[in-house]
Amino acid sequence: MSDGTNVIYRYDGSFEGLLTCIFTAFERKEFPDDITCAEEEQLSFSETREILTDNEKAERVKKSLREKVHPDEVNGIRRCWLSCREGREILILKYISKALYHGKKVHTMLADDTVNEMFRVVRNHSNESNFFREFLRFSEHNGVLVSVIEPENFVLPYIASHYCDRLKNESFFIFDKTHGYALVYSCGRREIIPVEDFAPPPPDETETEYRRMWKAFYNTVAIKERYNPKCRMTHMPKRYWKHLTEFEDEYRLPKSFAEATRYREVDEKSKTYLEIRWQ
Amino acid sequence: METFEKLQILGDSAKYDAACTSSGVDRKNTGDGLGNSASCGICHSFAADGRCISLLKVLMTNYCIYDCKYCINRKSNDVPRARFEPRELAEIVINFYKRNYIEGLFLSSGIIKNPDYTCEQMIETLSIIRHEYKFNGYIHAKAIPGADPELLSRLGTLADRMSVNIELPSEQSLQKLAPDKSKRSILLPMHQIQTKIRENSTELVRYKTAPKFAPAGQSTQMIIGATPDTDFQILRLSEALYNKFSLKRVFYSAYIPVGDEKLLPSKDTKPPLLREHRLYQADWLLRFYGFRAEELLDEKHQQFNPLLDPKSNWAVQHPEHFPLEVNRAPYEMLLRVPGIGVKSAGRIVAARRNCTLDFAALKKLGVVLKRAQYFLLCNGRRPDGLIVNENTIATHLMSDSTVKQLSAEGVYFNDEPEQLSFFDQQPTLEDMQKCLTGQM
Repeated sequence: MSDGTNVIYRYDGSFEGLLTCIFTAFERKEFPDDITCAEEEQLSFSETREILTDNEKAERVKKSLREKVHPDEVNGIRRCWLSCREGREILILKYISKALYHGKKVHTMLADDTVNEMFRVVRNHSNESNFFREFLRFSEHNGVLVSVIEPENFVLPYIASHYCDRLKNESFFIFDKTHGYALVYSCGRREIIPVEDFAPPPPDETETEYRRMWKAFYNTVAIKERYNPKCRMTHMPKRYWKHLTEFEDEYRLPKSFAEATRYREVDEKSKTYLEIRWQ
Repeated sequence: METFEKLQILGDSAKYDAACTSSGVDRKNTGDGLGNSASCGICHSFAADGRCISLLKVLMTNYCIYDCKYCINRKSNDVPRARFEPRELAEIVINFYKRNYIEGLFLSSGIIKNPDYTCEQMIETLSIIRHEYKFNGYIHAKAIPGADPELLSRLGTLADRMSVNIELPSEQSLQKLAPDKSKRSILLPMHQIQTKIRENSTELVRYKTAPKFAPAGQSTQMIIGATPDTDFQILRLSEALYNKFSLKRVFYSAYIPVGDEKLLPSKDTKPPLLREHRLYQADWLLRFYGFRAEELLDEKHQQFNPLLDPKSNWAVQHPEHFPLEVNRAPYEMLLRVPGIGVKSAGRIVAARRNCTLDFAALKKLGVVLKRAQYFLLCNGRRPDGLIVNENTIATHLMSDSTVKQLSAEGVYFNDEPEQLSFFDQQPTLEDMQKCLTGQM
């Protein structure tokens, strides 16, 4: 691949779109300066090339990855694409060109910078997916389990099957506040849909009682002679505390009047939202 | 009494049990059920003491007919008592589980009336959870020593993991502090569980639908620091438990003073947390690193070195094995290098098939070079400029907190790795090093 072609690829933000970009790069034997899906015109000396998503081309990239590297290779690359790393598209391009060159050997080339970086990004994503099997709390509102999370990576697709199996006969709604998407599950059907903003309605009596019991249990179970806040923070980083029931008294009280008003507006919106979905 | 109050009392009395793991069993949800289990285990929260909260850890009741001196629930202790109704507890479990607070239930109990009755109460609770609510999450049940074997086996088919606490590391200590218990009364149910698990595995081969008995195995726990038993005795006991009773885990629990009992450490003794930590480190070395108890400690050295972790301690005392050539050393030896763990050892073995590894590559693979560099060669070479002085390695292997603590006590440290330099390094305290390397 020749470098220094001064071109930026723009795709439509879909995974297939990205794979089409990669196909194009191979086809034209050029290495773009950047691959982006940003809407706004970027201030740059490079020429921008619009890449139209072509499922056939994307499928060809997937197929060669499956056959030449590993049957599950596409999954790792998708994880990287869903991660929060800056410049992940270029990383994916670099990685795929290495992977197709070296074949399945690429998995053991951990000392290589590109492969190592890819490994780290994928690991970070799957660690965070695991965190959200742990540090996620539901509250029950009219028979629907509702939860709000703020992950750094887009993890919803990767926690979906865990919760859909576990709560097979319940209805639930997990709102990803960072990315503005929600996982909706009811009667065996699941869907990930864009949601603008959402806040769970105020708890009813039963819900309040269970929250009270959980908080009491949480505080009781710690042995005071062994108090070790640093250890707790290592295992449960503070950025995950915000939406956990056991810390709600510290986090959920509005800090100002303006914030309280905003909360109320969101509450109104959320209520109509729940009604539409569940009645 | 309100459920809320009961939960507080019975959660409080159960918290000294260390086991809170939900690992070892993979189970999908059933068509009309609730929950599943993941074999890796899921921790849902961490308490202020840094211990994980995976299961709702409670006692069925904290009334007890026994009077074990070390136990907060002993008959003679004046504490508020409570007792859950089976259905009441089942409802809490289900509602906590649905909200993703917990992964399941850890159920233990004080002994009310007699062991059989206590066991029946636990079975009733678990039956409601398993059969009425069709719960497929994780359940850890404490076997009640002295209960009828038939009851024990019913409990085992409802639970995923069972445990019998060995409580104290030796028979003498047990006699002194838990007059109502004996080595036999503890090892007997442990043995029964082991036999049951074995029988069950052959049954499962024959009939796919045979009910599973404690599929996640059994574990135990002992209290550290309440009695004069040494680390060597404890570690050898653990090793025997792993080998002879095929236990999944042995937990160690630093003794926290619970009363003014003459036979026990006084009430203002601090729990021996460092000692507990060293035991856990050694426990991991036994289970995942291929060490034997006799390698880590022996008749002459009965206690762990408080300044060094057991693995570093072993490495410092066995310079004949090092340095190792990273590109050729067998996996088993890589595992013995301080700073290399199970994962990084695996990565080294995979990565060296493709290229010759250097120190920069090791760093990328997740090796802690700060510790490992003294024991490794890459391509026959040490890291550039590093001088390895066998007498000072130990000081570089200590954890930051140990170094900080020792400096506070006035021991001078040079904790920078030694580099070639035009200036002479200040010498470190020689006696100290000799102590560490076992020369003194």
